Amino acid sequence: MAYRTNAMICTCTNCVSNGALQVKEALEAEIKKQHLDDDVKIVPTGASGLCVNGPILVVQPEGIFYRRVTVKEVPHLVEEHFLKGRPVESLMYKEPGEETPIPSIRDIPFFKNQRLIALRNRGLIDPDEIDEYIARDGYQALAKVLTSMSPEEVIEEIKASGLRGRGGGGFPTGRKWELCRASADTPKYLICNADEGDPGAFMDRSVLEADPHSVIEGMCIGAYAMGSSQGYIYARVEYPLAIERMKRAVEQARDYGLIGEDIFGTGFNFDLEVFQGAGAFVCGEETSLIASIEGKPPEPRMRPPYPAESGLWGKPTNINNVETWANVPVIINWGAAWFSDIGTDTSKGTKVFSLAGNVNNAGLVEVPMGITLREIVYDIGGGIPNGKALKAVQTGGPSGGFVPGDMLDLAVDYDRLQEAGAIMGSGGMIVVDEGTCMVDMAKYFLEFTTSESCGRCNACREGLQAMYQILTDICAGKGKEGDIELLEELAPAVKDGSLCALGRTAPNPVLTTLRYFRDEYEAHINERRCPAGVCKALITYSIDPDKCKGCMLCVKNCPQGAISGEEKKPQEIDQDACIKCGACRDVCKFGAVMVQ
Amino acid sequence: MAKLKPEDLSGIAEKVKRTMLLREGEGRVRVIVHMGTCGIAAGARAIMKAALDEIEAKDLKDVLVTASSCAGLCSREPMMTVEAPDQPPVKYVDLTPEKVEAIFAQHIVGGKVVDEYALAQGSERML
Repeated sequence: MAYRTNAMICTCTNCVSNGALQVKEALEAEIKKQHLDDDVKIVPTGASGLCVNGPILVVQPEGIFYRRVTVKEVPHLVEEHFLKGRPVESLMYKEPGEETPIPSIRDIPFFKNQRLIALRNRGLIDPDEIDEYIARDGYQALAKVLTSMSPEEVIEEIKASGLRGRGGGGFPTGRKWELCRASADTPKYLICNADEGDPGAFMDRSVLEADPHSVIEGMCIGAYAMGSSQGYIYARVEYPLAIERMKRAVEQARDYGLIGEDIFGTGFNFDLEVFQGAGAFVCGEETSLIASIEGKPPEPRMRPPYPAESGLWGKPTNINNVETWANVPVIINWGAAWFSDIGTDTSKGTKVFSLAGNVNNAGLVEVPMGITLREIVYDIGGGIPNGKALKAVQTGGPSGGFVPGDMLDLAVDYDRLQEAGAIMGSGGMIVVDEGTCMVDMAKYFLEFTTSESCGRCNACREGLQAMYQILTDICAGKGKEGDIELLEELAPAVKDGSLCALGRTAPNPVLTTLRYFRDEYEAHINERRCPAGVCKALITYSIDPDKCKGCMLCVKNCPQGAISGEEKKPQEIDQDACIKCGACRDVCKFGAVMVQ
Repeated sequence: MAKLKPEDLSGIAEKVKRTMLLREGEGRVRVIVHMGTCGIAAGARAIMKAALDEIEAKDLKDVLVTASSCAGLCSREPMMTVEAPDQPPVKYVDLTPEKVEAIFAQHIVGGKVVDEYALAQGSERML
């Protein structure tokens, strides 16, 4: 069937939760009703990246980008655009603060400033159609290595590319492969780590949902290079859609003989199994992950020996992250020289980030290494909402740290971020504005790691709990002299006494906030004041009588009925009834609600 | 399903090439069928169908067909604009499915404008 239009509807988890499946159904029905089903094909795709604006619909070949499509608007959209060829302006994307819509996805700054390698097929293929992956050069790299390269040559190519692990550690991938290949014991196992656990991070999920075959092909190439015949994709149990698509992709690849026995008729064997994670944050740590596949409790163990020598069932094992695997076919197809031309001295290629927090264009971005935080937050992210000032950028999730707003021109690569006290991590990037309390943020991450600590190491189990308690006290106005010093003493103890990266990195959010925002801690402790106006025990809400016009909007919105006064006259807040929820401040049109 | 050989990949890729070019918005020739209310009333939907049938019949991978609104000459609908590389766009008027077939054979595949169905070459001056 020769269609004239492909309507690419994003069916990633974000868009589905915003109603993408209902929109898809409505589109199908309406297109049938208008007798356009021979003209227009509806294609479900993985995440487009701008998922906060979902459901997303991109109409090709024109490349018209629609966001926040609702079922109600479908009939109008189908008649106007699909039948009469008049794109619907009201559904198009607008830059924050701008009135003019940008019709084409190719012109939207969010997309234009990205460079896609790991996400090369996002929004362009149906992840359930292996033929579409093949049409975008899929499995060409596998054919190339199996027919024309020795395993050693493959490893050399990956080493020369400068690819480093995208899961957070940043270990050189080629070196990791070489170590596994050099291990004498057999069989060898490969694992794809898709146990993405950082709060707010969804890079891996997005690759699995949008382009599962890129991971399968990367793993097949790795298996050939390292001499493995069995691999596992360890995917987080909370990712049902990703697991479903991955399983379907594995079946399709097996049908085509791209995994299994005698791949491409070359005599090479490699098979894959999708393994559902055990549902704990610590499972993302490689030795815990291995224990989990073996059916044991997911707890880390001492290294060395590293998995490359003794991993799954005591055999040599290689673990790489989803994004790392997805990069591999491109490096083989385009060459190490091409790849290593992108990025900085020590960090090559691109990195996928999930941009979240106080930023206009929250979503998934892939950018060349070396780009500045400013470019990511302002050029791609569209800046901070409501005209507020940026305070800091948090990278690396609970293991990472904060980079303050005055260091926004920092180039993003493994080493620069490390020097700043943050880490690349797996790609979480949270933008925080001036209305955020840094002590409260540190407490949030500590609460997460405290509850996710597996409990094996004393230092992590008890130390994090102690640090969390101190932070809770500080936020509750019960901070005392010496708390900061105690935090600084506990942090290295937790790091040193923990077996795995969970404990070894968990104090980082506290350490970087102390490094850059010590004055906020001091204000909480010494002055019983929360400068950002967040910590409830330390703030009071009041109404400025000079600014209040008596519109009564706050009175209507106060859940406690704590605000009273006559109409057209200044209102007052009853401090005993006030729960400091901030609803009055949010609705006030005159900026009359003050926080002290 | 038979197991693939390396050389089979390009066959599969060729099969879905038109779809991929369409999604990348990269066609050699772009055919625009004017589907305003006037166009539809005059039979533009049959013209659209004829164009898509031609693509199917001639297995044209690099021809994109899009719909556009009224071209401003309602009395000569159905109309179609053909944009081929290195040529000014050509507007065809008073179309029938048979004329579409001829335009595909002579102009889109053959590269020669069908003068007898063409209104004019070029577009209006913009701004």
